[in-house]
Amino acid sequence: MIHISRGTNMVSISHIKKLALASMVAAALGGCASSVPLDTPAVEDRAASGSTAATGSAGLAGADANTTNNRNVQSVDLSKSSQDKLGPAGERIVYFDYDSFLVKADYQGLLETQARYLKADKARKAVIEGHTDDRGGREYNLALGQKRAEAVRRSLGLLGVVDAQVEAVSFGKEKPAALGSDEASMARNRRAEVTYR
Amino acid sequence: MRTHDTPARRHFLGALSLVAMPSWAQFRVEVSGVGQVQMPIAIAGFKGDDQSPQRIAAIVRDDLERSGQFRSVDASSANGLDESSRPDFSSFRQKAADSLLTGSATRLADGRYDVRFRLWDVVKGQDLGGQGYAIGASELRLAAHRIADFVYEKLTGDKGVFSTRLAYVTKSGQRHTLWVADSDGENAQSALSSQEPIISPSWSPNGSQLAYVSFESRKPVIYVHTIANGQRRLLANFRGSNSAPCWAPDGSTLAVTLSRDGASQIYALDAKGGEPRRLTQSGSIDTEPEYSPDGKLIYFVSDRGGSPQIYRMGYTGGNPERVTFSGTYNISPSISPDGRFLAFISRVNGAFKLHVMELSTGVVNAITDTSADESPSFAPNGRLLVYATQVQGRDALMTTTLDGKIKAKLGQQGGDIREPDWGPFLQ
Repeated sequence: MIHISRGTNMVSISHIKKLALASMVAAALGGCASSVPLDTPAVEDRAASGSTAATGSAGLAGADANTTNNRNVQSVDLSKSSQDKLGPAGERIVYFDYDSFLVKADYQGLLETQARYLKADKARKAVIEGHTDDRGGREYNLALGQKRAEAVRRSLGLLGVVDAQVEAVSFGKEKPAALGSDEASMARNRRAEVTYR
Repeated sequence: MRTHDTPARRHFLGALSLVAMPSWAQFRVEVSGVGQVQMPIAIAGFKGDDQSPQRIAAIVRDDLERSGQFRSVDASSANGLDESSRPDFSSFRQKAADSLLTGSATRLADGRYDVRFRLWDVVKGQDLGGQGYAIGASELRLAAHRIADFVYEKLTGDKGVFSTRLAYVTKSGQRHTLWVADSDGENAQSALSSQEPIISPSWSPNGSQLAYVSFESRKPVIYVHTIANGQRRLLANFRGSNSAPCWAPDGSTLAVTLSRDGASQIYALDAKGGEPRRLTQSGSIDTEPEYSPDGKLIYFVSDRGGSPQIYRMGYTGGNPERVTFSGTYNISPSISPDGRFLAFISRVNGAFKLHVMELSTGVVNAITDTSADESPSFAPNGRLLVYATQVQGRDALMTTTLDGKIKAKLGQQGGDIREPDWGPFLQ
């Protein structure tokens, strides 16, 4: 930082000093508009696939940490995510009571239909998506939704579905099925959906 | 929203707030309670400010007021007085100002601006120093924040946080956007835009990267995103859900929540990627890891005792110690940079409220009047917290002092606004 000492008349700073000061200050501010071009095209990053791979070292090149002083923000716009594949006909959503992870007996028929479909072709993959109502923290709800998805995954396992065919994931409270804050809406949001990818 | 309170107006609003809830739409900084010591400072309009794209004096004044440590005093008699003129101190002594800031913003021939300022001790009639910046128009706000940092540090002895940055997420229709903004919520720039949710942004310790959870592949996975160039790297995409990233203070490791082994558990993952090391072995929910500033402890949320509570353990795992004891729902821990305070969200009679615990005594205070508080995050000097909440039915980002007495609503983003994370000091 440039500190102009007490009593110095800033107007009297020579032109050369002024230019040096200007560039030093610009560097200190770290916001040089010219340091990264703003007109480069935004990075297009397709939705990742392959849910079991640890991809920590793959993907885009390792980020350089030497950019602390750069205040530029490069915007990234993502394309829409992939579509679901069809599964067996019939119901696919298991609803849960408040603060509960118990798969109720009412859903035995639903689970048996999904299990039959998966067992008929070991190449078929299901993803169970767990959801919660909108009360409470986002990350804690993500963990609660995971517990619901996991409960459905285990139920399918008990019906003989191979573990590798079913993945349990959670959306927490991020993808509500109903937007109201009344009990009926919240009950519709406490759910696990069986999807095929 | 950029209205500024003169002392007379501040007094009027202060009196009004005793009988009616203040309207957030009309002013930005709410002062509640009594007894807080605020330094009176007069901030004169900068010479040439009215022809500059940013009103520098107003940005400095808003910054200093939001900090809770300053009260602004009418400075209109010094408006337009630049950094090289000696002010008439007696008139400011009469107004009970301790200090005075004057300055100028001059457009240069090449289109840049020459911004200069000087801080005066009104009581002693002394020059406390000044600086000058020659900068592009897009950097005028940053220059104003740097000036506020200078004043703050000179007069309080603590480093100012006004030139640091915030990350947060908005949702508008189906569009989720991760923003990087100035510490006052203004000047927001989009870092990522997606049709699917984005949650839990976390600044790397050097402020160049954000880790966050994206649902773009129809499940939660963790990315590390370099802000300056938009490069993104998948950090964790294991079977099940991947969430709650938090950087170790040295930037080498992230603590994350993975459900690859069934239950949501906490793992440590090298920042370069690779095989995660499992840190908790509960079979219950363990999530929201947060490193202590010295990196030796990890605070986290677990429902192993039957309800979600905050625990802490060594950074390599081991036997956790419970930290929160009152209430049945305590989540989202954030530790102050000096390690003395824990901010968290506690459910009280169905309302979710920001609390601060002094860790050495265990004394807990609720510091808000709102009921949908989320995601607290400390400023890097530990003097303010940012959090998301709802004010009059609308989502808002707020800052507050740790005692809850001075609050400010940030920015003017439309749509849902959430998940703030306060970035580090930049070198």
